[in-house]
Amino acid sequence: MRLWRFNGGLPSLAEHKNESVNFPIETAPVPPLLVYPLGQHIGNAAKPLVSTGDKVLRGQKIADAQGLISAPIHAGSSGVVTNIADHLIPHPSGFSAPSISIETDGLDEEITYVPHDDFRQLSTSELVDIIREAGIVGLGGAAFPTAIKLNTQNKALHIDTLILNGAECEPYISCDDRLLKERPHLVIEGIEILLHMIRAKRAILAIEDNVPDTFKSIQDAIAKNNNPAITAVQIPTIYPTGGEKQLIQTLTGKEVPSGEIPADIGIVSTNVGTVHAVQRAVIEGKPLTSRIITVTGEGVKKPHNLEVRIGTPIQTLIDVCHGYTKHAERLIMGGPMMGFALLNDEIPIVKATNCILVASKEEAITEKQAMPCIRCGLCASACPVSLLPQQLYWFSKSEQLEKAEALNLFDCIECGCCDVVCPSHIPLVQHFRYAKSALKVQNHDKHLSDVARDRFEAREERIARDKAERAERSRKKKAALKSKPAKEEIDAAVSRAKAKKQKPTENET
Amino acid sequence: MHFLTSNAPFIAPQNSIQKMMLWVLIALAPGVITMIWQFGFGVLINIIICVTTCVVAEASMLKLRNRPILPFLSDLSAVVTGLLLALALPTLAPWWIPFIGAFIAIVIAKHLYGGLGYNPFNPAMIAFAILMVSFPKSMTVWMLPHSLLPENAQFSDALSLIFGQSPSQSIIDAMTAATPLDEMKTQLGLSLTVEEIQSRSIFGGLSGQGWQWVSAAYLLGGIFLMYKKVISWHIPLGLLFGLFIISTGFYLFEPGVTPSPLFHLFSGGAMLGAFFIATDPVTAATTLKGRFIYGVLIGLLTYIIRTWGGYPEGIAFAVILINMAVPLIDHYTQPRVYGHK
Repeated sequence: MRLWRFNGGLPSLAEHKNESVNFPIETAPVPPLLVYPLGQHIGNAAKPLVSTGDKVLRGQKIADAQGLISAPIHAGSSGVVTNIADHLIPHPSGFSAPSISIETDGLDEEITYVPHDDFRQLSTSELVDIIREAGIVGLGGAAFPTAIKLNTQNKALHIDTLILNGAECEPYISCDDRLLKERPHLVIEGIEILLHMIRAKRAILAIEDNVPDTFKSIQDAIAKNNNPAITAVQIPTIYPTGGEKQLIQTLTGKEVPSGEIPADIGIVSTNVGTVHAVQRAVIEGKPLTSRIITVTGEGVKKPHNLEVRIGTPIQTLIDVCHGYTKHAERLIMGGPMMGFALLNDEIPIVKATNCILVASKEEAITEKQAMPCIRCGLCASACPVSLLPQQLYWFSKSEQLEKAEALNLFDCIECGCCDVVCPSHIPLVQHFRYAKSALKVQNHDKHLSDVARDRFEAREERIARDKAERAERSRKKKAALKSKPAKEEIDAAVSRAKAKKQKPTENET
Repeated sequence: MHFLTSNAPFIAPQNSIQKMMLWVLIALAPGVITMIWQFGFGVLINIIICVTTCVVAEASMLKLRNRPILPFLSDLSAVVTGLLLALALPTLAPWWIPFIGAFIAIVIAKHLYGGLGYNPFNPAMIAFAILMVSFPKSMTVWMLPHSLLPENAQFSDALSLIFGQSPSQSIIDAMTAATPLDEMKTQLGLSLTVEEIQSRSIFGGLSGQGWQWVSAAYLLGGIFLMYKKVISWHIPLGLLFGLFIISTGFYLFEPGVTPSPLFHLFSGGAMLGAFFIATDPVTAATTLKGRFIYGVLIGLLTYIIRTWGGYPEGIAFAVILINMAVPLIDHYTQPRVYGHK
């Protein structure tokens, strides 16, 4: 299969997979407390269905989707709801947000699930409902509700290619790799469900060429399954090839037009972990209550790949990994390129968490001494979106945000390539994040003031129009009064009245 | 357990200005050695004066501007500026020439514009141009390569020339000559043919005696820099391409009275300019396409100045003039962003 090359990237980024990749997936224990932030997906936060003191079972829906772009949340084990209040959430700014806390009872009792042995008996809309009710969101990190992505029929979009993203390009992370190595048949079955739903002609499962044994296990599973529509492809290991847009470009040579979604060019792309969750939701009827994550870094004694109940505090997983080493310096959720540092380990695992990296000083730089930009252009050569980071930096730094926007700031995927290659050690991505949020605020304010101005202008116009209409009416009336026919009418009326007065006298006579 | 936070990416930068400058210095080594071999220790004296002045001026300016001295001084950019200027200056120039040049480069051309990263013009070339305009006599007299030096010329004569005690005029005349580029231009003006001019002793196979070796050494260093990915091919090859195309055109048109393209490529500062001076990232175009255009324009302008201008060598003026065109070039050569038409 022909492959394409996206611009730049970091072909020689140290992968750091060996730290964790050889550890099979183990099941993490049920923690004493499970915490579920209500907003752990893109879209509206879920609405709690339980209240404090309620007893819940594993798989029970504890919060429901609110609006179209949202997802329900399910309890990960049996226990009692102890609290629905603000709790620290995984967020770069260390925010707290409404969360449901469940004290587990250790019994791990489950609800009864409704399995579907043959998904082919189900229609697309039935499958979309199952996936939505299972609370499945993109497990690659974006956490976009999967049901919406797969519901391509009512938008009349023609999808010809399904892309399965197994390109785990971030250093250190190996959870998708372990999944593909250990449960390839489940992923393949999930792919078949998706193919059945979106009626795509082909499915391409992409994994990086640095994991040949995983590729082999996937190919064996595909051969066993014998579905000609499904192929597995090895792609060059170049960060960020696992980015959705970069993967689409690598596999098809097509670019997702700016501001549009892959479906607009006939492509649906999903992370392999999400496909696994879909398979479980449809075949076994189980909602999304657990996921596979990698816990790694020099800051933990023994790295692990773990099947973890969503809601588990990080602390529990660190215990599984035999605790922190004395090198633990940063607690990072996600990878070292695009993840974010957390304040403490009471923060729970959410649906989008694929990795906990406890980094040492050597693994995570804590401070960069920035020098002036020397315009060397290495950032532009590394940018997978072909932006000009040094220009964006110039305009972001000097608060000329409109100019940065004109240079397509919002196409930046914040992959961090420019940061890593910059010889001046400028935190470029940080500048871009700031500029983006400042622009969003600015644009929102502008929108509000535009609306207010429009409303004001409309009102002024209406008043002026009413006034003009009134004036016109009275003018017409006056004109009508003055005009001849009116006078005649009046005269006629007067004469009629006179005649009326005279009539009775006539009768009398 | 609590942790401190910071922002992604957490991966340490793979590169630094210091590293890049160090590679540039290493890549200049063959050129420096060849220069010393061909033109004697005057080169070394120029280097010492230029680099020392640059570093001291850099430190003083940083101090005056309340900038941290050590991080900026250790980026080695002042050393590179000093070295490049030294290599562009005549080897027998009196000591105050490199001193004034280095001072101009760092104080005026670099720090008065805002220091590292903010100067629109190449500091070494601004210094060279000001010296050229201000002290034309000292700037156009070059020492002969060692193979052409008279037997009685001594190292001490060179020293005394540099440090102001004039030796006898006969020794000066014996040790110095115009550069091959200069000589070519002057003699072509006197209606000699290229063949006649090149039969003189200061000319060699490709360009001038000694000069061709120096150019070859810079070419070698430049290839090394491209291999180490410190510079991309766009500027140097663009420059050499521009110079080659225009000189080939005129050479084919008037072969007898026009020096060959190879003479242009291996004369004067063409190689040094292409690989080490025009590639100064701060003052060059930033887009890849723009860099190629930037290089080609410098190449063309160099030929124009060499052939019809008032100065024998055009690299410095060409670089400065095209520096001015950089914002325009950058504006019109932006790459197409992913997902845009």
